Amino acid sequence: MLSAKNQKRESATLLIKGGHVIDPTAKINALMDILLRDGRVAEIALPNKVRGSAEEKFDARGLIVAPGFIDLHVHLREPGQGYKETIATGTAAAAVGGFTSVCTMPNTAPVVDTEEWVAWLRHPERGAVVNVFPIAAATLNSRGAALTDFAALQRAGAVAVTDDGKPILDDEIMRAALQLGAELNLPVVQHAEDTRLTENASMNEGPTSFRLGLRGMTAAAEASIVDRDVTLAQQIRESRLHVAHLSTSDALKSVRRGKRAKARVTCEVTPHHFTLLDENVGEYKTDFKMNPPLRSAADREAILVALADGTVDAIATDHAPHATHEKQVEFERAAFGITGLETALALAITKLHREHRIPLTRIVELFTAGPARVFDLRGRGSLARGCFGDVTIFDPKKRWTFEAAKSRSLSQNTPFDGWQFTGKVVATVVGGRVVYRAD
Amino acid sequence: MMHRLPPYAMNKPARGSLLSIEHLEDKEILSLLKLARRMNPLKARPLLRNKRIVLLFYEASTRTRSSFEIAAKSLGAITTLVQSSGSSIEKGESLLDTGYTLRAVGADAIVIRHPAAGAPHLMARHLDIPVINAGDGMHEHPSQALLDAFTILKHKKSFKGLQIAIIGDIYHSRVTRSNCHLLSRFGAKITLCGPPEFVPEVAATLASGLRVTRHIEEALRGADVIMLLRLQKERLAGQKIRLQDYIARYQMTAARVKLAKRDAIVMHPGPIIRGLELTAEVADGPQSRIIDEVHNGVPTRMAILARALGKAK
Repeated sequence: MLSAKNQKRESATLLIKGGHVIDPTAKINALMDILLRDGRVAEIALPNKVRGSAEEKFDARGLIVAPGFIDLHVHLREPGQGYKETIATGTAAAAVGGFTSVCTMPNTAPVVDTEEWVAWLRHPERGAVVNVFPIAAATLNSRGAALTDFAALQRAGAVAVTDDGKPILDDEIMRAALQLGAELNLPVVQHAEDTRLTENASMNEGPTSFRLGLRGMTAAAEASIVDRDVTLAQQIRESRLHVAHLSTSDALKSVRRGKRAKARVTCEVTPHHFTLLDENVGEYKTDFKMNPPLRSAADREAILVALADGTVDAIATDHAPHATHEKQVEFERAAFGITGLETALALAITKLHREHRIPLTRIVELFTAGPARVFDLRGRGSLARGCFGDVTIFDPKKRWTFEAAKSRSLSQNTPFDGWQFTGKVVATVVGGRVVYRAD
Repeated sequence: MMHRLPPYAMNKPARGSLLSIEHLEDKEILSLLKLARRMNPLKARPLLRNKRIVLLFYEASTRTRSSFEIAAKSLGAITTLVQSSGSSIEKGESLLDTGYTLRAVGADAIVIRHPAAGAPHLMARHLDIPVINAGDGMHEHPSQALLDAFTILKHKKSFKGLQIAIIGDIYHSRVTRSNCHLLSRFGAKITLCGPPEFVPEVAATLASGLRVTRHIEEALRGADVIMLLRLQKERLAGQKIRLQDYIARYQMTAARVKLAKRDAIVMHPGPIIRGLELTAEVADGPQSRIIDEVHNGVPTRMAILARALGKAK
């Protein structure tokens, strides 16, 4: 255990040497050395050209050095559900996964709908090891009726608003949210699901749900809400709409329409949606149950195209830990959601890069510059001089096996237990300080 | 060191479990049917003497419950009925805890009916005793498919080439899912018939040799077997179907039965609602095998229980 003094000294200067830097914002894709000083990027230069000296050096030869990864969508369960996850355990898992910043969803107990709770989430006593950016509720108690005080929440540190898990169905409330968001330059994040069409449904509607005798969620239940939201975003000047965990081909069409019309519409996709299919639910495996559900092969194909062509802005995990007793029940009664922080990069490299030939530069963009733009996280997502000293160092060729039992998360509800991956995080640096280093 | 919960036990179901027809091998289906033919509840050997079989019923049942019970007792087993009302289930005990409890009191096998699809699978993955699915949600009802197959084979030489019309609320029917898996596997041609709310196009993907039609005449023409289904009001979450329209288009009447082959048989897993999916005339008519099905449920379930507890010789 490092003493506080040592930790402080460690954080003062760090030279990351010999690595291959990929920084899409700065258009860097080359061998570079990086000097971090006082939590910031002090210098980035060709190998051996850094002028300043460093107390600590990190040998990154053979490794990719990227801006710190940003996850736009995590559930760290505090306040109120510390038995599933805490900010301390969730951010520890984030560090293992290479995430230096996570944006937390407000569907906690109570709902994060006041500036006090936003401040509480950011308080050092929570024990976060990576940066925590709260997303606050868009409506009071996420009831979808009355808007929260966006300005106060933003001042307290909220980077966006959402009623995640409880979509805003009412057209006028959604319009008002986008309108107020536009005035404050605050993104409104929508979990797109017309819950009037998905009552009692527990997986994607299709041959598998029919075979299993489970009620299905149609693609239309997602696409219709995205379509409406994009239309609203086109109508309301300067409004910012972010579509959370987009999972269907039809919803992508609406996002493309909005982007073509120069509306400020962005979207994220999860690793499980670009990896798995509804049929992987198998015989009622609840670790494959999440919302939005795993979709059809055609939907996954459309998502892969959109990840490659730039339509998708970010990969986000929707890390949703649940206790065993909430998953080890009848499929229809099991909680929605899976953990995802520790497997996201490995899935991106294994599936997107190696299987689907998406370049590493694009993958890094989806974890860094892309999400930083979506929520306007200034000084993040790039390693340009003066940016925050958040760095993710990974080995794109390292083969390893994920073991859920060794996860840093409090929960183990992952469909990827025992999966063999290529690509592993080697070290995670937050504010110039190494917060995780692989053995 | 921090205590961690073990990862979910994903063990295989115990030998002798019967969770679905879909994953039951052909030879197992055939051997169960063969065994059922040798079972006679009135002259049964006590193959399951001192075996304890728990009937765990989370849903109402007349036929399935009583025939499993009579089947078990005919073979000399001890049975206990546990229902959701009047048990700890009412107090919020989880399915698995109920399973562990029943195992601890000495159950040798559990026959379970549950409103949630996959409930028997969950239990089977965590218990080391056979679990028999007596109907799980809208998923499967394997013992019913076996007794229907048993009944069909009493009247038809084989399943190969048989034209089977299944009419009614296919979407909510676990019986139909099991029957489609079983009958299509052995070469029957199945036509699913009903309005789109009950027979979505996706139903045709369930097994090979399936097709969907909205026209009852088309389904019945040349049929060897007519299978009818009850409209499941308890599962009709929010669906609006006009009963009079349904009756006009899909009720099985004596005139419609005539569209099928002359030696066609009429089946229904029960409970039947006279005047709705079929007329009393059809229910009681010469081609009806509805009561035979119930009767055949006992030897079929004797075979299932004998197989479950390893005495299938």
